[in-house]
Amino acid sequence: MTPETQAPETQAAEQARPPKIAFMATCLVDLMRPSVGFAAVKLLEDAGCDVRVPQGQTCCGQPAWNSGDRANAKRLARRTIEAFEDYDAVVLPSGSCAATIIKDYPEMFSAGDRWRARAEKLAAKTFEITAFLADVLPDAKVAAEAPAGVGKVTYHDSCSGLRSLGIKDQPRALLGRVKGVEVSEMVESEVCCGFGGTFCVKYPEISERMVADKARNAEESGAELLLAGDLGCLMNMAGRLTREGRPVKARHVVEVLAGMTDGPAIGEGSK
Amino acid sequence: MTHQPTTPQFKANSRAAIADGGLQEQMTKALGNSMAKRAYASGALPEFDQLRDAARDLKNHTLAHLDLYLEAYESKVQADGGQVHWAETAEDAREIILNICRSVDATSVNKGKSMISEEIGLNDFLEEKGIAPVETDLGEYIIQLRKETPSHIIGPAIHVTVPQVREAFRTHHPHLPIDRDLEGLDKLLLEARAELRAKYFEAEVGITGANMLIAETGQSVIVTNEGNGDLSQSLPKVHIVIASIEKVVPTLEDASTVLRVLGRSATGQEMSVYTTFSAGPRREEDPDGPEEYHVVLLDNGRSAMVGTEFQEMLRCIRCGACMNHCPVYRSVGGHAYGWVYPGPMGAVLTPSLIGLKQGGQLPNASTFCGRCEEVCPMRIPLPKMMRHWREREFERQLTPAGTRRGLRFWASAAARPGVYRAGARLAAWGLRLLSSGGRVKRLPLAGAWTDVRDFPAPEGGTFMDRYRPDADGKRGAKR
Ligand code: SF4
Repeated sequence: MTPETQAPETQAAEQARPPKIAFMATCLVDLMRPSVGFAAVKLLEDAGCDVRVPQGQTCCGQPAWNSGDRANAKRLARRTIEAFEDYDAVVLPSGSCAATIIKDYPEMFSAGDRWRARAEKLAAKTFEITAFLADVLPDAKVAAEAPAGVGKVTYHDSCSGLRSLGIKDQPRALLGRVKGVEVSEMVESEVCCGFGGTFCVKYPEISERMVADKARNAEESGAELLLAGDLGCLMNMAGRLTREGRPVKARHVVEVLAGMTDGPAIGEGSK
Repeated sequence: MTHQPTTPQFKANSRAAIADGGLQEQMTKALGNSMAKRAYASGALPEFDQLRDAARDLKNHTLAHLDLYLEAYESKVQADGGQVHWAETAEDAREIILNICRSVDATSVNKGKSMISEEIGLNDFLEEKGIAPVETDLGEYIIQLRKETPSHIIGPAIHVTVPQVREAFRTHHPHLPIDRDLEGLDKLLLEARAELRAKYFEAEVGITGANMLIAETGQSVIVTNEGNGDLSQSLPKVHIVIASIEKVVPTLEDASTVLRVLGRSATGQEMSVYTTFSAGPRREEDPDGPEEYHVVLLDNGRSAMVGTEFQEMLRCIRCGACMNHCPVYRSVGGHAYGWVYPGPMGAVLTPSLIGLKQGGQLPNASTFCGRCEEVCPMRIPLPKMMRHWREREFERQLTPAGTRRGLRFWASAAARPGVYRAGARLAAWGLRLLSSGGRVKRLPLAGAWTDVRDFPAPEGGTFMDRYRPDADGKRGAKR
């Protein structure tokens, strides 16, 4: 066979092969809420992806990077690059971890460093999950109907996802495809919830002031459920909602999109 | 003396501010207005974002040739009969200004609003030397009466409520009838205006800041909404402009580009009410103007920022948009920052000007939410520069030892997936033990979390343990 005749076949085979998508659970989902990981994997599989969960994954290194610990941030970045660079794409259920890989990894390595190119390559194929489902897989399937007990929801735009990656319409568009879900916007949905990684324990009073506003705004939206795409923010907001005894519950957006809301909401006991 | 920074006590300062209900209400109201106005004004100008790019580029160009443009500016000022004084430090600037004041036996000076004056602590210094500084900007006047410093770079009295202004006027205008009617903002405005009018004619020297210095023309530019700057600079015999070196722009055209983003970002105005250009002393044919025109150019650490990762901060045009949109600034107000410049721009600039040891708290007090960068007309990457400060702290071992140890411990675990998994498993198990009803109410060693919110308990089992991926990353058999 000449190369000319071979090429189209290989190409066709390439196209038939489902994309091999590496899923990075992120350290918080791994530790706190595995169900978010399972919901994300389900959404990706329903969209026809060959989902892989690389064993070598731990944490993207964001806490070190944001604390000024460049050496450790780079160390974890190199590990993550090694674990994930051989896949067609990398998907994470977190805007801030995705932004770390997409925006920060290339910045960690200087122009001459051989890791720079690898970081840039990984950055180019890394996605936050709602952006991946809405922008890359336009006919991704989401739950046809709202799971029992889910109706009016409100959406908090986590800062990194919103301002570093421009994620705003994607989660809303996906929620719009789930029958029976109504998004009721709260005021200041784009204002930080006061989590900020270590900020929330370094400056608890300021963090409290911010998350108290968020809890009030969430309740005043009239929604029963507060959704977001970042577990850090969600734990902060959920923790404040339960502390204040507000009726609003909190979940990661993929739980609703995958129709997997059987388990308790964040910070709630089992029913 | 510049006022002693209380920046190292940022935490205590912010606690006090958060406990101050009146301040909280005032900040929420005032900043809500500012944000709405900026959103409207920037949205109404289709080329706003292109103008931001142009403004950024022209400042980058200027900073790359800062020495050339400053020299060009200087020779223009001299050609017009003015004098330029180079002040390397705050102390130099104060001495230069004092000498000019003494040369005309000044006993009082009128002042237009100037953050550089705050930076060099000019008012206290002049008072010590027996010269009375009179602030003519309404906000500055109010805080001068209250013996305070500005809490915002364009709204110095943004933290002051209307009843507090009324009280200050009753206390400090004792020559007026005590039972006069001061209800309504217009009454307060009229009273301030009448008080200040009289003083304009007494001062021998007028001091103003500058929003820009134009190299091409030798002009200094100020924008105000009260016209006070014009009177401060044209009535007295001597006009002193105090400005920091990065205020220079190459041409008049450049100044107009900056003006178009400045007003919209600062107050949501297309242009402020007054935009005043001044150049040199009065010429023969001029009907009025000062006899002497001096410019004091302050460095005070800025030239050392050129060529570092903080150079971009020198693009700042002091519009205040970053603080108006900052949730931390909104929570704690400007005084908590403890020195002259608050909010995100202050968090980056302060360590440059007073040192990382003094100012290091500020770049840490950020969630990196990114709203400041989003609205900054000069597209200054403020969060990134705060992170650079954290890196410098880390390198110099100024980061608290506990944090450093924690990071090292956590990072070495995270670099070894096996160890990390065991740790995560243990943590998930431990946290669940401490929880009841799905949450932890008190978490040992993490009181800062649980003092203000519950800690949601882990669901149980880690994702990696439950998914059990094989070497190819495929899901393992259910256990
Ligand atoms: S940093 Fe940007 S937004 Fe803040 S005052 Fe300076 S120019 Fe304005």
